[in-house]
Amino acid sequence: MPAHSFILNGQPVSVESPADLPLLWVLRDMLGVTGPKYGCGVGVCGACTSHLDGESFRPCLHSVGEVAGHEVRTIEGLADATGLHPVQQAWIAEDVAQCGFCQPGQIMAAVALLRKNPQPSDADIDAAMSDNVCRCGTYVRIRSAIHRAALLLRSGASLPER
Amino acid sequence: MADALPTDAAPPGGLDRRRFLTWLVASPTLMVAARWGLDLPSAQAAEPSAPEETSLNLYVAVRTDGRVVTTLPRTEMGQGITTAVAMLVAEELDTGLDSVDVCTADADPRWLIQLTGLSSTMRYLAGPLRAAAAEARARLVTAAAHRWRLLALTLTTAQGEVHAPDGRTLGYGELAEDAARVLLPEVSPLPKSPGEYTVVGQPTGRVDARDIVTGAARYTLDLDIPGAMPTVVARPPTLRGTVQSFNASTARAMPGVVGVVQLPSGVAVAARTFAQAFAARDALQITWAPGPASHLSDAHIRARLRDAIGPRPLPPLLTTRVVEGRFDFPYLAHAPMETQSCVARVTGDTAEVWSGVQDPKFARSQVAAALGWALTPQRVTVHPIRAGGGFGRRFFTEAAVEAALVSRSLGQPVKLMWSRNDEMRQGHYRPASHHRILASLGPGGSVLGWHHRAAIPTVEFPHGFGDLLTAMAGQVLPDVTSAVFFALTQHVPYQFGWVAQELAEVPLPIPTASFRSVFTSQVGVANEIFVDQLARELQRDPVELRRSRLKSRRLKAVLDRVVLEGAWGRALPPGVAQGVAVLEEWDSAIAHLVEVDVTGGTPRVLRVVIAADVGLPINPKGIEAQLQGAALDAMSTTLSAGLHIDAGAVREGSFADYRWLRMKHAPASIQVHLVRSDDRVGGVGELGYPSAAAALANALARATGTMPTRFPILDEGA
Repeated sequence: MPAHSFILNGQPVSVESPADLPLLWVLRDMLGVTGPKYGCGVGVCGACTSHLDGESFRPCLHSVGEVAGHEVRTIEGLADATGLHPVQQAWIAEDVAQCGFCQPGQIMAAVALLRKNPQPSDADIDAAMSDNVCRCGTYVRIRSAIHRAALLLRSGASLPER
Repeated sequence: MADALPTDAAPPGGLDRRRFLTWLVASPTLMVAARWGLDLPSAQAAEPSAPEETSLNLYVAVRTDGRVVTTLPRTEMGQGITTAVAMLVAEELDTGLDSVDVCTADADPRWLIQLTGLSSTMRYLAGPLRAAAAEARARLVTAAAHRWRLLALTLTTAQGEVHAPDGRTLGYGELAEDAARVLLPEVSPLPKSPGEYTVVGQPTGRVDARDIVTGAARYTLDLDIPGAMPTVVARPPTLRGTVQSFNASTARAMPGVVGVVQLPSGVAVAARTFAQAFAARDALQITWAPGPASHLSDAHIRARLRDAIGPRPLPPLLTTRVVEGRFDFPYLAHAPMETQSCVARVTGDTAEVWSGVQDPKFARSQVAAALGWALTPQRVTVHPIRAGGGFGRRFFTEAAVEAALVSRSLGQPVKLMWSRNDEMRQGHYRPASHHRILASLGPGGSVLGWHHRAAIPTVEFPHGFGDLLTAMAGQVLPDVTSAVFFALTQHVPYQFGWVAQELAEVPLPIPTASFRSVFTSQVGVANEIFVDQLARELQRDPVELRRSRLKSRRLKAVLDRVVLEGAWGRALPPGVAQGVAVLEEWDSAIAHLVEVDVTGGTPRVLRVVIAADVGLPINPKGIEAQLQGAALDAMSTTLSAGLHIDAGAVREGSFADYRWLRMKHAPASIQVHLVRSDDRVGGVGELGYPSAAAALANALARATGTMPTRFPILDEGA
């Protein structure tokens, strides 16, 4: 079986598996990385949203073969030695989560949005975040948290890289 | 465990009329138990008759490291009970919120009630938890007094320490063993009065927030149970269809496949990864027999429900005019983000299952029965796990039964997951319904009668509802039927003369379950929409009509508050309108004011203003979250989310066609204002749904000139 090497949360990993195995199951079943959740498996709910080379992507829709040689970051790799990412801090400050199952995906989508657009309007947030379902209905707090994170990021002296 | 020295802890006057029996449990460190779930007169409650033999009790234990542990017979599904319980314990013990660990109890029949639902958790646990924690504090203070040879009354507590007047301190951990041997507390073991609260009532972020935002929170399928094989099930295309024959030879030969097992519900495939299990599932060749609902589609179901309404009753005397309203609600899937899932490990004579279940005792009996151990259910251990949303779906535990059967068949642990399609198409559903409301009007704009007849397919209630309602109603209700539940819960809060509400139960072979707010999600919504229709008929303002007819002081207060905060009647552009609605249920009262804009074709909710009286608000931030979430549920199901049944099959398969609202549909704000009429603890989980749906419908009626009567209103596929 071929080996697929990529960078996962800053560390090189190598997985022996069929090239077409969806990355979500490589992460969850083979590497024990369970932050990305299964919510639909077909890219409509966003519960597995993670980053591929810094861009938001859906590990349920991409095979392990596709990410070979690339950098994958999941929710587990968002905080670093200096502490939580400003988006995570904002999520706690706004007390966003209810059941929490969709929140790793929501947070990763929000981080990707803020990287492209450091000062998003409500309309920008609506456009960027509407592919992530939250069944508990935390959208109003997610919106507030993104605005708060934007402020934190702008005021922060050292901007986290991820 | 031997118990000693019961203390009849009567909470301060006005806080709670109930009294809770507390007592010390023989244990190396301090452990105080409280009887709960019983609402008995104090004479009976004071009877210390070896209660541990008949039922488990709530415990508050203090360990030598100073940590406080409470075992909770409830499941956290996002409703924030873990945080609220930790707050109550921290408050009464005067310790830090971060020193309290709230653990979920395994299924055990000795828990009188272990069901999470009916907005009951805090209503039933707050009293005994406060009593147990206050008693624990009194014993810690007494232990310190003995150690220091000081008068206990001179000591104070704060931040997990006892303080002496001379400045000495002792941590609770240092006192935990001594406190276990205190025979009689020398300071009051009574809970604080609400005026003394410093933790309870403060908006508090949830205690598991950090775990959630870092991905560390563990749901069922995130657990690391060694050797558990990913498993999925091929399911029939029709509801409760069955396997006629199948050929698994191709599937068995596929990479990673560990085994194929036929189940009553389909054919299970276990493999090294879920991806391989899905691939092998798709390679199964199965001939299905149609399920029992295969003759039913939406049109038949609607006709059956309409036919069950029957002829009009005679109106009351002096009726000059009868106004009729008809309403249709669809089947709904609960669609929690985490699909049904379970990890199971079955050996020769024991089974262990891990799952996010709302009724662990029911799960245990179901698994035991499936394994042929109905008479020895103690062989089954059920560990309730944090669930990714429940909403009523997790009262049913098919995934646990399936996982146990597959594990036994394969001789190894499995982790079984339902796909999103499974969740949508083989679930238990909030039933569809049809309603006829007749308002009888008399001379001079009087309302002489209100007659609501609701035709609803039979709702399957789990056994645990009987236990809970028995505790709530004060009479034994072992079997809760739709009729019993309807009668217990459905009320009209207005003076409308002769009021009657009737359930016409329609047996249909489509699996059902309770859904957030149960019958009120239809009956209560229809009533509040029709109150607005009545206002139009009588040419009265909807708020003014409600005010003049409401019987409840609490409802009038929350209505007044949303009218004020939401600026009822303020000037709005054409195509933008407000709507209001109210609800009193589970010891709480709520009013919603919704503003909607219909100028863009698709209605858009601009803002929601809520006033709620939940009695003592334990965690205002958590209450706000529940009410905001319920408002989104109400908007989703009123506007765009509903199921279609085609020849016994559910059409919708995922969030792509089951159109729950997304970020772009969420209003700019959902404000929550708390009104506090007294210090009883009211229910919150279900409170926020019905009047949010009705207020939205009322706003739509006022914006468009047409009262919505069929939901969801944006039904594209009828």
